[in-house]
Amino acid sequence: MAHESTRPVAQADALTIEYQIGDRWLNVLHDITFHIQPDEIHGLVGESGSGKSTVALAMMRYLAPNARVVSGRAVLDGDDLLTKNDGEMRAIWGRQIAYVPQDPLAALNPSYTVGEQIAEVVRQGTRVRRAAAWTSAVTILRTVGIADPDVIARRYPHQLSGGMQQRVAIAMALSTQPRLLVLDEPTTALDVTTQAVIVDLFRDLIRDNHAAALYVSHDLGVIARLCSWVTVLYAGEIMASASAIDLFKHPLHPYTISLLASLPRPLTGSQTRLPTISGAAPSLSDRPHACVFAPRCPAALALCHAEKPPLEQINDDGGRSRMIRCHRWREIASGDLVIDTTPMQGAGDAPPRDGYVLQAHHLSKSYDVPNALDRVLAPGKRPIHAADDLSIMVRARSTLGVVGESGSGKTTLARLIVGLETADAGSLELLDMALDLKVGRRPRAALRELQMVFQNPNSAINPYLSIGAQLGRAVHRLSKESIETGGRLTRAQIAARVMALLEAVRLPADYATRYAAELSGGEKQRVAIARAFAADPALVVADEPTSALDVSVQSVILNLLKDLRATRGASYLLISHNLEAVAYLADWIIVMYLGEIVETGTVDQVYGVPSHPYTEALISAIPVPDPTALRGDIRLHGEVPSPRHLPTGCRFHTRCPRKIGAICETTPPPIQDAGDDHLIRCHIPIEELTRLQS
Amino acid sequence: MIRLLLRRPLTLIGTLIVTLFLVLALIGSLIAPYGYAELVGRPRQAPSADHLFGTDQLGRDVFSRVLWGAREIIALPAVTTVLSVVFGTALGLAIGYVGGWVDEVVSRALDSLLAIPALALALVMLGVFGASSIGIIAVITLLYTPIVTRVVRAATLSARSAGYIEAARLRGESLTYILFREILPGVLPALTVEAALRFSYAIFLTASLGFLGLGVQPPSPDWGRMINEARGGFSQMPWALWFPAGAIALLVIGVNLLSDGLRRIFRYEGELR
Repeated sequence: MAHESTRPVAQADALTIEYQIGDRWLNVLHDITFHIQPDEIHGLVGESGSGKSTVALAMMRYLAPNARVVSGRAVLDGDDLLTKNDGEMRAIWGRQIAYVPQDPLAALNPSYTVGEQIAEVVRQGTRVRRAAAWTSAVTILRTVGIADPDVIARRYPHQLSGGMQQRVAIAMALSTQPRLLVLDEPTTALDVTTQAVIVDLFRDLIRDNHAAALYVSHDLGVIARLCSWVTVLYAGEIMASASAIDLFKHPLHPYTISLLASLPRPLTGSQTRLPTISGAAPSLSDRPHACVFAPRCPAALALCHAEKPPLEQINDDGGRSRMIRCHRWREIASGDLVIDTTPMQGAGDAPPRDGYVLQAHHLSKSYDVPNALDRVLAPGKRPIHAADDLSIMVRARSTLGVVGESGSGKTTLARLIVGLETADAGSLELLDMALDLKVGRRPRAALRELQMVFQNPNSAINPYLSIGAQLGRAVHRLSKESIETGGRLTRAQIAARVMALLEAVRLPADYATRYAAELSGGEKQRVAIARAFAADPALVVADEPTSALDVSVQSVILNLLKDLRATRGASYLLISHNLEAVAYLADWIIVMYLGEIVETGTVDQVYGVPSHPYTEALISAIPVPDPTALRGDIRLHGEVPSPRHLPTGCRFHTRCPRKIGAICETTPPPIQDAGDDHLIRCHIPIEELTRLQS
Repeated sequence: MIRLLLRRPLTLIGTLIVTLFLVLALIGSLIAPYGYAELVGRPRQAPSADHLFGTDQLGRDVFSRVLWGAREIIALPAVTTVLSVVFGTALGLAIGYVGGWVDEVVSRALDSLLAIPALALALVMLGVFGASSIGIIAVITLLYTPIVTRVVRAATLSARSAGYIEAARLRGESLTYILFREILPGVLPALTVEAALRFSYAIFLTASLGFLGLGVQPPSPDWGRMINEARGGFSQMPWALWFPAGAIALLVIGVNLLSDGLRRIFRYEGELR
């Protein structure tokens, strides 16, 4: 084939790198081999700790001070960069290779305007005059989809939104027309709607500039949408490397197969569970010496635990060789070995019951409300409207999912309900009893029924107290006995319940004596869930419980939450930006935008037609791990308006792709019932929405 | 912990020095060959087998006076360190956790206290209230409490929004439980380092006050005042100045090496976590 004859732009050749940790040298990358063709976006996917960022940096010969290259080459245009010194690299960095990091603020100097910074890069590359460089900086900003580049060029980085900063970072990277663009998780910190716009932008820009790119991500959906060739990394080794279509449609490696199957998605039936990968990725210091995936592999043989499989080249059609590192890939390819990816059966079945666990009526919350002093000194100052007249109901034994972008008020809603923030107005009812808005005034009997799981597993449990002590304290404080009869549980009783809790979240009993530092992210989140379930609460509020976790761990935690709901009869209020995770767990969904509920319905109703134009855009923006999938093409442009200056009329009108006219700007839309309590806040009549979206 | 202290040579030296002085503070008066106010012979004798550090202008044994003085120079700073750590921790935890205008008011008040030079404030206050051990302890505690408060407040602020603190609020824990059981353990490393640092500064300040004549009153063997008294006769009897000055220098260096070591140990453990 034609592309076999062209020389690759970049190439990693049996690259092996070690890190010095303490006084030991630990293998971080082993035998990494792949190449990137001209015009190719090469995806590098792996979980945290897999070494994917090290690969990206090594391709730029940019290694940590404690790293050493044991063997191998990192080649750009035929030159091995690893043999060059810093002086030689300075002519290559920024000109032939450009880098876009996860956090654009790390790449931008806070004390210069973005225009000055891009102009500076242009001047270094081409030695043109200052005025000419500024003009090309503005032109470049226009090419990355910035509508008013003259204005933006004069802004400082901190004055821009995250999506805008990332556009500037890519503009800067592209300004010298590099041969290779290295992008390290550039959209991970962005909202899903912004991410979709930026990913499209990347794809178009890289194609138009005839650049080759190495795109590092943990997100299989983004990789599938963007990349033509994909390399899968696990524990510092390449597991598979194949064209995107082959990798996603006909995966051959047990890791790839299991990982794809474990992605959160809506599943029918309250008893079905996502297939999962058992265990956790090995840490740098105890990677298996044979196949690194063998301890978690559903198809591992004795051979897999004894001998490292070679990285084999598969070339069945004369095209570019696919690579795989597995002893059993031939059996998988021939169909003799099937990796089981059918959804599992979960523990117990507990369909929703009648009645409500929680009812919230007309909750509102504003921050930064102007006080007397502000009225004198800053008369124009307005408060931030974080939540506006929110009413929700959670049915017994059900899950209510809340989705929306950052700034939608979904986290505020969660915190108002548990009482960590006090609502300005509104009322709460828990199990048909009035609940004080302030957590400090709630009786312990109410506290035990309402618990929370937090987003960040690293700060969710106290690093200085043992796991057992923390769970024991929760049992002690919240158990029915100690609250209702004032009696105390004995030490032995508490210890027994801690053991039962650990078992419920599937952690070994000896974890009671461990500390947070000894646990992985997923394990910490299990402890946090166990703590929330210490006294069998009626409602658990989970704020982004899986968003800080690795893909292969997310499904395990989601399954655990589903199991606990069935076995312990709890209800959930699940807050997430991840629609797929919400859809897997939830019965009902609320969609929020700028502090307001724009749509309420069952999962099927919200996913189906008709739906609010915002919901439609959110669903369309979800990156699907299937390169052949029909791509949603609805994109939200522009920025989320500031909650200090809410748009008049419909709050969504500034970004709405289906805006019908002046009425959207002037009149707040009505709440329409599309049938069966499916509520949509929009001016467009239901029949018209259905027609437009079908 | 002990093993970690002994692993790094400089930390080991610091630990040994501090241990030596602690032992001296405890038993110095027992092993001193003479009393601190005892006139043992001719004034201004050079060091000899009888008088290891020589004698001073009144004919007192310098070696004995240094030994006797160890208790004072360790005890006063130790007490002030403990007091300022206790007050600073309580205050820092409280304003860091409560936040809002309480934090604002208290923090600014402490800042303004910190803006006044330490020695100047100490001189004025001791001048007004009279020099005494209690006075010195009170003044230095007043000076160092704000510094400890700031360290603890900063650590508390970063812990305040952590999930484990919010989880404690959601199970109805009392303020004291949250402050002392949930937050304090996390503040301890920073607090230990700060305490060691405060201790070394307090030694220095105590000695300075002694030198200026505002320390414990004569004839008690204050190293600072011993230096001042020996200053006049420096050309005839430099040993009377060398030994107390050397003792202060050695002690402060020892405490600093130790606090440096502690800082490294906690940062090292921080990496492991």
